[in-house]
Amino acid sequence: MARTSKQDESTRVDSHFSEDRTPSESEARWAETTLAKALEQHPERPTGKPTGINLDEHGRARFSTISNRPIRRLYTPQDLPADWNYEKYLGYPGEAPYTRGIHATGYRGKPWTMRQFSGFASPEETNERYRYLLKEGGNGLSVAFDLPTLMGYDSDHPFSEGEVGKCGVAIDSLEDMEILFRGIDLEKTTVSMTINSPASLLWAMYLVVAEKQGADWKRISGTLQNDILKEYIAQKEYIYPPAESMRLVVDSFEFGSKYTPRFNTISISGYHIREAGATALQELAFTIYDGVEYVEWARRRGLDVDEFGPRLSFFFNSHNDFFEEIAKFRAARKIWYRLMKDRFGAKNERAWLMRFHAQTAGVSLTAQQPLNNIARTALQGLAAVLGGTQSLHTDSYDEALALPTEEAARIALRTQQVIAYESGVTNTIDPLAGSYFVERLTLDMENGAFEYFDKLDALGGMVQAIEYGFPQKEIAEASYQFQKATEAREKITVGANDFIIEEKPPAILQIDESVAEKQKAKLKALRTRRDNDAVRRALDELKRAAAKSPVTTHDGNISKENTVPYILEAVRAYATVGEICAALRDVYGTYTEASIT
Amino acid sequence: MANEGRIRVLVAKPGLDGHDRGAKVIARALRDAGMEVIYTGLRQTPEMVVNAALQEDVDVIGLSILSGAHNAIVPRVAELLKEKKMDDVLVVIGGIIPDQDVPALKAAGVKGVFQPGSSMETIVQFIRDNAKPRAVSA
Repeated sequence: MARTSKQDESTRVDSHFSEDRTPSESEARWAETTLAKALEQHPERPTGKPTGINLDEHGRARFSTISNRPIRRLYTPQDLPADWNYEKYLGYPGEAPYTRGIHATGYRGKPWTMRQFSGFASPEETNERYRYLLKEGGNGLSVAFDLPTLMGYDSDHPFSEGEVGKCGVAIDSLEDMEILFRGIDLEKTTVSMTINSPASLLWAMYLVVAEKQGADWKRISGTLQNDILKEYIAQKEYIYPPAESMRLVVDSFEFGSKYTPRFNTISISGYHIREAGATALQELAFTIYDGVEYVEWARRRGLDVDEFGPRLSFFFNSHNDFFEEIAKFRAARKIWYRLMKDRFGAKNERAWLMRFHAQTAGVSLTAQQPLNNIARTALQGLAAVLGGTQSLHTDSYDEALALPTEEAARIALRTQQVIAYESGVTNTIDPLAGSYFVERLTLDMENGAFEYFDKLDALGGMVQAIEYGFPQKEIAEASYQFQKATEAREKITVGANDFIIEEKPPAILQIDESVAEKQKAKLKALRTRRDNDAVRRALDELKRAAAKSPVTTHDGNISKENTVPYILEAVRAYATVGEICAALRDVYGTYTEASIT
Repeated sequence: MANEGRIRVLVAKPGLDGHDRGAKVIARALRDAGMEVIYTGLRQTPEMVVNAALQEDVDVIGLSILSGAHNAIVPRVAELLKEKKMDDVLVVIGGIIPDQDVPALKAAGVKGVFQPGSSMETIVQFIRDNAKPRAVSA
C-alpha cells in the first residue's frame, strides 16, 4: 500500500509514521490529532541522557531495549503481518509451533522447577547447602563446580592455586561426588550439572553414585550442561580442540539415548553468551544455532534425530528488558520446532519441543546497593515465567560481590515462590499472547535469528564460525557499545550510574584456603588407598578408545569406541578428574583461542 | 606530551577464570584512549604475565580476576616484578574484589583496585595519572 502524502507530511513533525508500516485510517487520525497535540505540549523524553543512542536521526527521543533494539511508541494490529491469524502464528499450548508453550496445561498442571545453582568450598559444605535448599522447598539441584574441576585439574595441581572451592564446589574423585549427594535420593531429585569440557566424566561419577544408591539409570533424570560450543564462544572453559570436544559430546548423546533415557545429555546454553555481552537476539540466534551444530554432528555420526533429539535441552538468560526477554523465549520454541521439523526432518514430536531452563542475569546485578538486585531478579524471573520456562534459577542479591550467603540464597528462592504462589501469573497460559507489541517482538526475534542462521550457514557452521571469530566479534562489539552507553548514562543502572548513595559493604561469604588443604589431603590419602594399577589400566583403555573414530553399529548397541563406558571404568577405579582429563589431553591436545580484543 | 610516547599496557587474565568481558572492554577502552594495549589471552600464570610484561616493555599491568583467586595470584605477580626489578611498572586490578581484600592488595603493590561498576573513564584517567612511560623514566 502506498503511503498518503498526509503521512509523509507527518514524518517531518513526528516519528510515528517514519517506520516501515502502514497505519490504519483511525490510527492516522489519532496521530494527527490527539497524539500531535500531546507531543506539542509534552515532547517525549528518553530514558537516560538525551544523547547518542537515545536520539533518532531527527534529534527526537529514541526508545530502545537493553539490546538497543528500537521500540515504537505504540503497537497496533498494523504491526502484525498481513496474513496474521491465530492458528497459523500461535496455535495452542502443547501443539506446533509451540509459541504458547510446550505443555497443554501451562503451569496449572506442573509448575516450573525451582532449581537454584549452588556449590562452594568442599563437597561436605555444599551437601549441607543442598539439603537446606531442598528442605526450604527447592525441588531440584544444580551443581556449580569450581574452576579447577571445570578445567580438568585436581585440587593439588599448580594451576589450581587460589581457585579451589572458590567459584563452586571442588570435586576431585568419585569419593567427593559420593559426599556431595550423601542423603539425597537421586531417583527422586533431578540434578543439573554445569560442567562442559569434563562433562562426561562428572556425569560418569554421578551415574556411579546413583548406582551405589541403588537407583535405576532408566529412572534418574537431570541435565548435563555439556555445551562446549558456547565455551569457545563466550565462557572460555574449554580444554580440547573443537572437533575432539564435539566427539565427546556426541559420545554422551549416544550413551544417554540407550542407558539414561530421562537424562538430558546437553543443555545448549545462551546464558553465558548473554553474560559475555551479547544482545538478546545474538543470545537466541547463536544458542539455537549451536543446537543445529550438535544435531549436524550427531547425524554425521549416524545417530537418529528422533532418538537423541528429545534429550536436547536449552538454557537461556533472563535479563532486564522485560518484553524483549518474553519475546525471546516465545520465539525460541517456535524456531526450534521449525528447525527440527523442516531442517532435520524429525518425526518424533518430542524432538520438536524446546525445553529450557532460565537463570536471571548475573551481569545485571550491581555491587552498589545490592539489595536492589532482589527487585531486578524478581522482574527477570517473572519474564522467564511469562516466557514459559521449565525451570528457573533466581540470582542472589550479593552475587556481584561473592558467592551467596545462606540468607541471600533463601531470598532468591523466596522470590520464585512469590511469583509462583502470590502473583497469579500461573493461572493462565501464555497470558501475553495477542499483545501487538509482544507478538511483533516475537516475530522480529524469529526473523532476526533466521538471518543470523543464514550467515552462520554461509560460514560453514558454528565450529567454522568460531574459528573465524564471528560470534566472538559480534558479542565483543555489542558488549562495548552497551558499556559506552552505560557510561554516557544513556542506559541507566539504578544505584550504579544514577541514584547513587554512600554505603557500607554487606557481609559476604568467604572461602578460605583451608578447602584446598582439605582436598589435597583427601587426594593424597586416596592415591595411597586405591588400586593404582587398576587406575592405570582404565586410563590406558580410555586413551585407546579415545584415539579411535567411533563407528555407529545400528545393532542396538552403542559404538565400541564410545568413551563413556571407559570413563565409567576409570571413575569406578577412583581415577581423579585431573588424571582422566590428562589422559584425554594426551590424546587430543589442548586448544588456545586466537585472542580477539 | 607528544614526546612522552604512548603508554603501553598489558591486560592480563591470570588464573583459570574465563570471564573475559571486562578485560576485553577495558582493552578496547584503553586503546581508544590512545594507549598501546597487549592482551595476554586466558589462563596465564603469574610467571607468564610478568614475562610478557618484561618482553613487551610495558608501563602498566592490568590484571582482571573474577574468580576469587586474587589473594593467591597478585602477591606472586608482585614478588616476580620485584625479582625482575620491574616494580616501577604500575599494577592495577579489576574484577570481583571484596572490600576487605583491598588493603592487602595495595600493600602488595597494587596501585589501583577497580571493583564492579567502575567506569572505563575512571580507569583510563587513573592510568594516565599514574603510569610513567618507560621511554621517559629510563
